[in-house]
Amino acid sequence: MTKLALVDLGRSFGQTAAVQSVSLALAPGEFVSLLGPSGCGKTTTLRMIAGFIKPTAGRIEMNGALLSDPHRVVPPEKRGMSMIFQSYAIWPNMTVRENVAFGLKLRRMPGEDMQRRLNLILDVVRLGALADRYPAELSGGQQQRVALARAIVIEPEVLLLDEPLSNLDANLREEMRAEIRRLHDEFRITTVYVTHDQSEAMVTSDRIVVMSQGRIEQVDDPVSLYNRPRTRFVAGFIGRTNFLDGHIDGGMAVFPGIAAPAGMVPGLKLAPRPVSFSVRPNTVALHRTQPAADGIWCFPGRIVERAFLGEHWDYGVQPDGSDLRLRVATSPQDVHGLGDAVWIGIDPARIVEIPPAESA
Amino acid sequence: MARYLRQLMRAHVVSRRFDPLILLWVALAAVLGFLVVNPLLRLILTSLEAPDTGTFTIANYLAAYGRPRYVQALWNSLWLGASVTVLCLFFALPIAWAVSRTDMPGKGAVRLMVLGAFITPPYLGAIGWILLAGPNAGWLNRLWMALTGAPEGVLDIYSFPGLTFIIAIYSFPYLFIFTASALDVVSSEMEDAANILGAGTLRTVLKVTLPMVLPAILGGAIVTFLETIALFGSPALIAIPARFNVVTTQLQQFFSPPVRSEVAAAYAVPLLLVTVAMFALQRRLIARKGFVALTGKGGERRLIALGPWRFVLLGYALFVLSLSVLLPYASLSQAALARAWGQGWSFANLTLGNFYYLLFEHETAGRSVVNSFLYAGAAACLAIGLSLSIAYIVNRRLLPFAGMLSFLCMAPFVVPGIVLAIAFYAAYAPPPLALYGTALILILAFTTRFLPIGYANASAAIRGINPEMEEAVRILGGGRLLAVRRVMAPLMKRSLVGAWLLVFIPATRELSTAMFLYGPRTRTMSVMLLDLSEEGNFERLAALGFLLLAATIVIVGVGFRLVGGDFMLRRGRS
Ligand SMILES: Nc1ncnc2c1ncn2[C@@H]1O[C@H](COP(=O)(O)OP(=O)(O)O)[C@@H](O)[C@H]1O
Ligand SMILES: [Mg+2]
Repeated sequence: MTKLALVDLGRSFGQTAAVQSVSLALAPGEFVSLLGPSGCGKTTTLRMIAGFIKPTAGRIEMNGALLSDPHRVVPPEKRGMSMIFQSYAIWPNMTVRENVAFGLKLRRMPGEDMQRRLNLILDVVRLGALADRYPAELSGGQQQRVALARAIVIEPEVLLLDEPLSNLDANLREEMRAEIRRLHDEFRITTVYVTHDQSEAMVTSDRIVVMSQGRIEQVDDPVSLYNRPRTRFVAGFIGRTNFLDGHIDGGMAVFPGIAAPAGMVPGLKLAPRPVSFSVRPNTVALHRTQPAADGIWCFPGRIVERAFLGEHWDYGVQPDGSDLRLRVATSPQDVHGLGDAVWIGIDPARIVEIPPAESA
Repeated sequence: MARYLRQLMRAHVVSRRFDPLILLWVALAAVLGFLVVNPLLRLILTSLEAPDTGTFTIANYLAAYGRPRYVQALWNSLWLGASVTVLCLFFALPIAWAVSRTDMPGKGAVRLMVLGAFITPPYLGAIGWILLAGPNAGWLNRLWMALTGAPEGVLDIYSFPGLTFIIAIYSFPYLFIFTASALDVVSSEMEDAANILGAGTLRTVLKVTLPMVLPAILGGAIVTFLETIALFGSPALIAIPARFNVVTTQLQQFFSPPVRSEVAAAYAVPLLLVTVAMFALQRRLIARKGFVALTGKGGERRLIALGPWRFVLLGYALFVLSLSVLLPYASLSQAALARAWGQGWSFANLTLGNFYYLLFEHETAGRSVVNSFLYAGAAACLAIGLSLSIAYIVNRRLLPFAGMLSFLCMAPFVVPGIVLAIAFYAAYAPPPLALYGTALILILAFTTRFLPIGYANASAAIRGINPEMEEAVRILGGGRLLAVRRVMAPLMKRSLVGAWLLVFIPATRELSTAMFLYGPRTRTMSVMLLDLSEEGNFERLAALGFLLLAATIVIVGVGFRLVGGDFMLRRGRS
């Protein structure tokens, strides 16, 4: 069953296409994020769902009924959705309680029910004690919770959030993203969450839609997205990675200055062709002596850069005879000096083939 | 619930092919056409038509510029504008620098008095100065004669330098505002950078600070120049007795019987063109390099310690401000409360009779007070209402070509008041509307004149509110009207009161527009003042001016309470 469907959705502003052929279906109660760098069309997509922007192509449906297409747009106030804005958009002329009650009053909910609902939600977001304050008297995190309460209390068909945490400082951001997920687990509202921060998306979402330049790159759950990126963009955007660009020749994967048996990569087609891999820094091991293990790609090299980040060491290593440079993340105990000779071990089972770079 | 919602949704899938907002656009465009486009068009057409036949002719231009006298008046205006601007630079720059950048004491009082100079109608100040520096009888002249035993006074306000002086003491606040705002954002670090390389305070000011604010100063100078050549009241009071003419007084003579409005129109068109060109120049100056200083965060600001010089600067500021505020206010209030102003302050000479006469005995003076406030109030409401609707449409991009509406709103900014009056006369005095002399034409002309102030402020008020505030209402189920009523209106209340006052205050004293449009029952205070000055009864004249000033001060005071702070001395009001 589908709650919300985007079908071939597109929007251009003059000549520039902000969003192009975006198709997506959300199951009821699902939490989906739109993730991508600034300017990739996330806000435009979200505002089309909300009804603030009319699409120039495709359509949006909710519960099987048409909401938007290039000719008709159900106005935002008739969609039964709610939204949390980047600026929170808490009305400063109303108290916390008045802000939260606004949607309920519009729905003409009877007074007693309304008070009960209000008190319940204010307690859920831990604002009970502050109900009669004005927004100017609240901290950023509290304002954020008012926005959440105001959006959730009406039990919207779909909840939309546009970078809701970007105005908070780092600690609060971590706390609030957990809070958002907790509220979702409690109320199970179908949610679309826009962010450019991958950890926010990974903490909160059932599925993540990675966007770039107005298009969807990949839709997947957080684990698959990290482990099985399908495009170079996704591999580079979700977590850090090394790209190995080369070609397959006579059963060997050949990269500038080094080569390794291609057959060790599970499921790799061995026909001669250009090939690219994404190798996560934490899937590379550094050894002082040549490792004995089979099934590992192994190259001699040396340390050319290092930085200690507390939770791990961050090394730059260069295989001998190659100008490739690999980032490697190792445990804090794994100490090598600058210029030390090391053996670089790559587990072929954990590297991912991606489409070759255009220029390579 | 969900099913109900679905039904609701189907019912509301409206076709967007015809948007009722289009009608609103057409209505607003029509209003602006009436207020702005048509009058200016009529002005130009009138200047090119033979008055009786309506055929095309350039005879009006020949008549307007055919006589050396008329050309001389234009020349006088330009010369006057230039002299006033130079004098204003001497008044404004040291005070602005002292207030913005140094540790001069008494800054609050100085700012307050600059505001006082700013809100004083120049023609009132001129009357005050006639009492101070009229040949022989003026207070300063009498003081001079008493001190030196000289048989004659030295000051003659009825002269070109006299006119230059009394215009400058009320025009320099423009330059002050432009300069002080620019200086306010020059960071101390930039000056420190020069200091550390060995430049002293004076050198730093001349080599570093001044060049950074130069575009703002030039911008302010251009505004001063244009305001001066468009001024009608002070020249009417001073230049006519001094037997010379400037453009505006010359225009008035074309309007005295037999009215030759087509010649007036032809005479006014070059004034309009000069103004448009110079404002274009000003925009380019400010848009180009210059405001680099505005882009940074301003950095840290520290005040320059002047040592004993700070008292010298304070003395200078107080001297200038006593010329524009203290002395004329004193002479005006003395005359307003005197039986005969020449007798000086004495208990026997004190009376409230002048006020009583004006308000209750004079045929039209009392009415003129009411008229002024009524018309100004109506014009302020119209201007703000119109500006708000247009600014909202433009800001929310509700309709295509809304930018045109905003351009039209700002266009009257470059039209001198007196030219606007002639344009309104040309457009609406003749039948079928025949509005000449009605309250309506005055209100509409005031609305147009101050529309740019209203628009700039309304638009700033709307821009100051994040559109998400409104979108939050809509996504929760409220319509646009509800959003405007429950959220936008309460949030904009304060800034709109400010905007309203900024239109209302200048409208209460507007003279040059009223001059050519009033009728026997629609005199305003400003017109009344000029009429009284012809009778030469300075006590009553001063009393009426006193009323206007007192009302203005009360209104500005109320504005401060409601809106707070510096609402009149902010830069970028227009
Ligand atoms: N109203 C608009 N007019 C013109 N271009 C726009 C408008 N809104 C967005 N864009 C463009 O569309 C692209 C996507 O914008 P947006 O959806 O805001 O990106 P994101 O939210 O991912 O940062 C950007 O290139 C932006 O410049
Ligand atoms: Mg965005």
